[in-house]
Amino acid sequence: MPQLKRPAPYITTIPSASLPDIIFTLLIFFMVVTSFKQFDGLPVIVPEAKTTAKIEVGKRDIAYVWIDKRGQIVLDDQLYNEETVADLVPILYERRTANPKTVISLKADRDCRMKIVTDVQQQCRKAYALRINYTTRFKDQG
Amino acid sequence: MALKRGTKYEAEIPTASLPDIIFTLIIFFLVTTTITSDKGVSLTLPEFSEGTETVKLKKDMVLNILIAESGDIMVDAEILANRGELLNRIRTSLEEKGKDAEGKYIKIVSIKTQGGTLYDDYMFVLDQVKAAGASKISIAEPEE
Repeated sequence: MPQLKRPAPYITTIPSASLPDIIFTLLIFFMVVTSFKQFDGLPVIVPEAKTTAKIEVGKRDIAYVWIDKRGQIVLDDQLYNEETVADLVPILYERRTANPKTVISLKADRDCRMKIVTDVQQQCRKAYALRINYTTRFKDQG
Repeated sequence: MALKRGTKYEAEIPTASLPDIIFTLIIFFLVTTTITSDKGVSLTLPEFSEGTETVKLKKDMVLNILIAESGDIMVDAEILANRGELLNRIRTSLEEKGKDAEGKYIKIVSIKTQGGTLYDDYMFVLDQVKAAGASKISIAEPEE
């Protein structure tokens, strides 16, 4: 009786030739969506609101203005206060003309007074940066 | 005597470590990416105009809300006893004049504050106004 030939053992490997391509695609995705945080702000506790909604524009189209309860204002890493609030106008105006989609995001502390908030709003109006957004946290009830 | 020809070099850049390098980059971008989007309450401010520009409006076309320094909320010169009433007050007031062709409420809501009013109170009122569905919101300059 002739001896049966043993079948050659299968060597199964997952093809990894396209692995770099897949990783490249992922890499490109993350590179595109990443926008580096440019500026630091002030520690604030923002108020809550039921009608909180996403801002329609991307991070690159947003100018952040922080207002804390001591009346300090921060825009583009520069500190302002009640007296120097008028200096915001040229900066906001520049931002607005460079990018007409600009939205001013007001990150104001819930314990700050309306005087300072209105002052900042007036500067926004003078700079023709009319689209603003009050940063709030989402509130479930009440 | 014939010189022996040197063996041909085959120069290749090793690519075995390429995925590792790309992985490292991916991990870097993964860590630095923030997907969380900014959220808040949006508003469009009116254009700035020097001097006083008065637009005459009929009194019944505007719902006036005043937020006092003390946190009291006045709706059409009447102090609200309970903050919870605010939403219904705005709704009934808006319904009075109905909606326009675009389905927006015709009535304008004017929010006025005082210099010392808390931002939190202002946001509370603005939130209620937005929740009631008002689309024409006016932010009056604060009283000193």
